[in-house]
Amino acid sequence: MAYFDAASTEPLHPRAREALTAALDTGWADPARLYGPARRARMLLEQARAEVAEVFGCRPDEVSFTASGTQAVHLGVLGVSRGRRRAGRRLVVSAVEHSSVLHAAQVHERDGGSVETVGVGRTGVVDLAAFGAAVRGESAEAGGDGGGGGGGTALACLQSANHEVGTLQPVAEAAALCAEAGVPLLVDAAQTAGRAPLPGGWSVLAASAHKWGGPAGVGVLAVRKGTRWRGPLPEDEREHRRVPGFENVPAIVAAAAALRAAAEESEQEGARLSALVDRIRTEVPRLVPDVEVIGEPVARAPHIVTFSCLYVEGEALLAELDKAGFSVSSGSSCTASTLRPSHVLEAMGVLTHGNVRVSLPRGTSTADVDRFLAVLPDIVRGIRADAGVKS
Amino acid sequence: MTSRHTAAQQAAQAPALTIDALGRKCPIPIIMLAEQIGHVPLNGVVAVLADDPAAFTDIPAWCRLKSHHHVGSHELPQGGWSIHVRRNY
Repeated sequence: MAYFDAASTEPLHPRAREALTAALDTGWADPARLYGPARRARMLLEQARAEVAEVFGCRPDEVSFTASGTQAVHLGVLGVSRGRRRAGRRLVVSAVEHSSVLHAAQVHERDGGSVETVGVGRTGVVDLAAFGAAVRGESAEAGGDGGGGGGGTALACLQSANHEVGTLQPVAEAAALCAEAGVPLLVDAAQTAGRAPLPGGWSVLAASAHKWGGPAGVGVLAVRKGTRWRGPLPEDEREHRRVPGFENVPAIVAAAAALRAAAEESEQEGARLSALVDRIRTEVPRLVPDVEVIGEPVARAPHIVTFSCLYVEGEALLAELDKAGFSVSSGSSCTASTLRPSHVLEAMGVLTHGNVRVSLPRGTSTADVDRFLAVLPDIVRGIRADAGVKS
Repeated sequence: MTSRHTAAQQAAQAPALTIDALGRKCPIPIIMLAEQIGHVPLNGVVAVLADDPAAFTDIPAWCRLKSHHHVGSHELPQGGWSIHVRRNY
């Protein structure tokens, strides 16, 4: 068995498991109370916050823990667009953002705001000039000032790397354009947090612990000082009044331990995984005819590679790979609950059927990758033959 | 406006072959296109009628990969598209 779906969720890091077990005994009390066990829980929580802040290069009091990465994105997008209501009602997003960003944008639109979606090139990199124009309100789409009032931009959102194809986005450059226009930038760092250093210049950061080897149920929302934020949910005193509900202290402690461990290992392990990804990117088109390898070949997340096989149904490919012992994911429409192809692949204008995303967790062995490369050609050939494709 | 539209329609090449892939899921419309593109003469146009949203992205992508020419995609009144491909070789 080889698990190649780290971009969905990374298996728990051993350091997270240790930290979790210990914190279940020591960090169970309510960190908001004023007695011994509560103080201990609070201390653990604040230590975890400081560790996370250090890895992300911000202040501890700028960090709030959420229930998930998705919740962090929702609160980040909606909180800043509410907080900056007077500055403007326009939200700028790239076309390949995670669905959590796009769904939050839909809520913003329903509340009377406007959303401008900036396109990407064939490899999934956002059109930076168009992004800048949208942020400044200069693009044709923004021209009408569609009743949002003010015509200004409340917030721009850009992922650090794409979750389906691994392409890195020009976050530093986008942050500079936003700073010049006085517009905050939300960076969805779910795919790179703990795997690659974060570019600076962001105003809001969202990330998810289970993607870096922490437990599920912990997200991170960081809001830099000076960024106006107004909560979209009923008020609650937890997490700097940003996130409602009782903190899961043991899970947060484990998430921080995993983040530190992953960040420490990332330079070496990232380079190792990246070399395996290079091998897949080179070998798949050599071994399998009619394949398109998708996304940026070099400026990419270290662990993600995506390709599409012509004349192959994505669902059949996933099933055959599963039988052969490989867990991978797909952006093909037949594998989606909506029966629509992935919006990322559509925006890039690349082949959406026969799509496979391989994302390598830490510790992936060369032997596993070799075995994958050994079984893939026959699997693809078999599915094509069943569909009556002459090769 | 009307005259330009008419001129454009006249300039557009009538398809030499129409493949009805309505109701078929990807990759079937593309498999049908790949099988049948050889049935039209060089520079001839094949129209693929498809309503799987994946076909809208995938047929132009297939053209790029296979060095054929995606002429254009037109919405059909009943839903779906007529996707025109010119045979290049």
